[in-house]
Amino acid sequence: MTIDAHPELPEFDYIRPATLMEASRFLAQHAGEARPLLGGTDIFVRMRDGFWHDKYLVDVKNLDGTGEIRFDPASGLSIGAGVNMNQVMASPDVQAHYPLLVEACRSVASYQLRTRATIAGNICNASPAGDTIGACLVLGGALKIHGVDGFREAPLTTFFLGPGKTVLRPGDVVTAVSFPLPPKGSAGTYYKLGRNKWSDLSIVGVTTYGYPDKTAASGYRFHIALASVAPVPLVVTSAQEYLASHPVGPDAFKEAARLAYDACQPIDDVRGSARYRKAMVRRLTEKGLVTVWAKIGG
Amino acid sequence: MSLHRIALTVNGEYEQVDVPSQMTLMQMLRDKLAFTGTKNGCNAGECGACTVLLNGEPVNSCMVLAVECGGAEILTVEGLARDGVLDPVQQAIIDHGGVQCGFCTPGILISSRALLDRQPDPSEDEIRQALVGNLCRCTGYLRIVDAVKDAASRQRAMAG
Repeated sequence: MTIDAHPELPEFDYIRPATLMEASRFLAQHAGEARPLLGGTDIFVRMRDGFWHDKYLVDVKNLDGTGEIRFDPASGLSIGAGVNMNQVMASPDVQAHYPLLVEACRSVASYQLRTRATIAGNICNASPAGDTIGACLVLGGALKIHGVDGFREAPLTTFFLGPGKTVLRPGDVVTAVSFPLPPKGSAGTYYKLGRNKWSDLSIVGVTTYGYPDKTAASGYRFHIALASVAPVPLVVTSAQEYLASHPVGPDAFKEAARLAYDACQPIDDVRGSARYRKAMVRRLTEKGLVTVWAKIGG
Repeated sequence: MSLHRIALTVNGEYEQVDVPSQMTLMQMLRDKLAFTGTKNGCNAGECGACTVLLNGEPVNSCMVLAVECGGAEILTVEGLARDGVLDPVQQAIIDHGGVQCGFCTPGILISSRALLDRQPDPSEDEIRQALVGNLCRCTGYLRIVDAVKDAASRQRAMAG
């Protein structure tokens, strides 16, 4: 028996536009046969495996400020679409104010893959298993998108339509992922269950995040996002609402974990069974909430 | 099929190459420039045998298009030794028996060099995390990790 490496990339044309408008126009004119390229860590695998047959790859990672991280103490963080995950992890501003993003990036593949992989690409690929998507969701992330009609913003909560499917239209180029300032006293954690300790895709990923909030009946708000257990990255609104309105503590975390268990709809696949995934969602959601609670003063 | 002419530096030497869009950096290094120390293990960004430094940062060269590397500086395993003197990581891998079949070794050496460039005194955990993307099916990693630890201390001693 021989084990071969994956095949070489199929033929395509590499396009490097000079401006975002040029990129959007080209992508719109070639809808269905052109794809924006950031790090390529998902695209190349899909093309080699014969799933994607794009005629053009349009390199959008060095356009008009897409390579910058900007933090403003008054308005928050903006991570340019071309910023790779190692750069995000090394940013003092991200480390100081958004450590959950560092934790999420660290869980992705390997150092050399993260030299190419981007958060914007992870989001646009729209895999339910995307490791950085949960952090982006619980931190209130939004996308800056350049289309043929210019710029617009889109919240992440309504961005995902299905596996690999998003609200992006032909000609759209995501240029940045932005985050509001984190609430005072906030903390989060990402529990990722893979087949090995480091570097694997997730069987289940649970991102939990919490902060004190006087407008909530319980005095706290928690955000919960689940990976690899539904057709899209899943925000568990039922559990979030429960924790905002019931006294926070071990019993409430157990109930929130049960609500997460009920909300997820995993499938059986090569990485794990649906039954196992549901059980792990319950366990890791409770564990995540307990961990966050300890960090935010519980 | 359109060809792109790119100019770049590989192991300190200026190179000009005509590459088709779909040619990877790994293919260009191996097939156009004969740097065959860069190995093709999986061609999917998982095994790390093709790891090279791109502008000082390690990448899987099977996951980078050659055309993206215009103006870049590339370091392959062939460029690690200087003036006939092995890099401390190379010498330590030899001394600790960190090579068996040797197929993963070029990638391990490049990832380790990149680690020591950004962290001259790494913990064992940091070494293991830096090598997560370099699969070795022979050694069980213990001797490799020992070698990188030793290379770090030799390098610090050399730096005085």
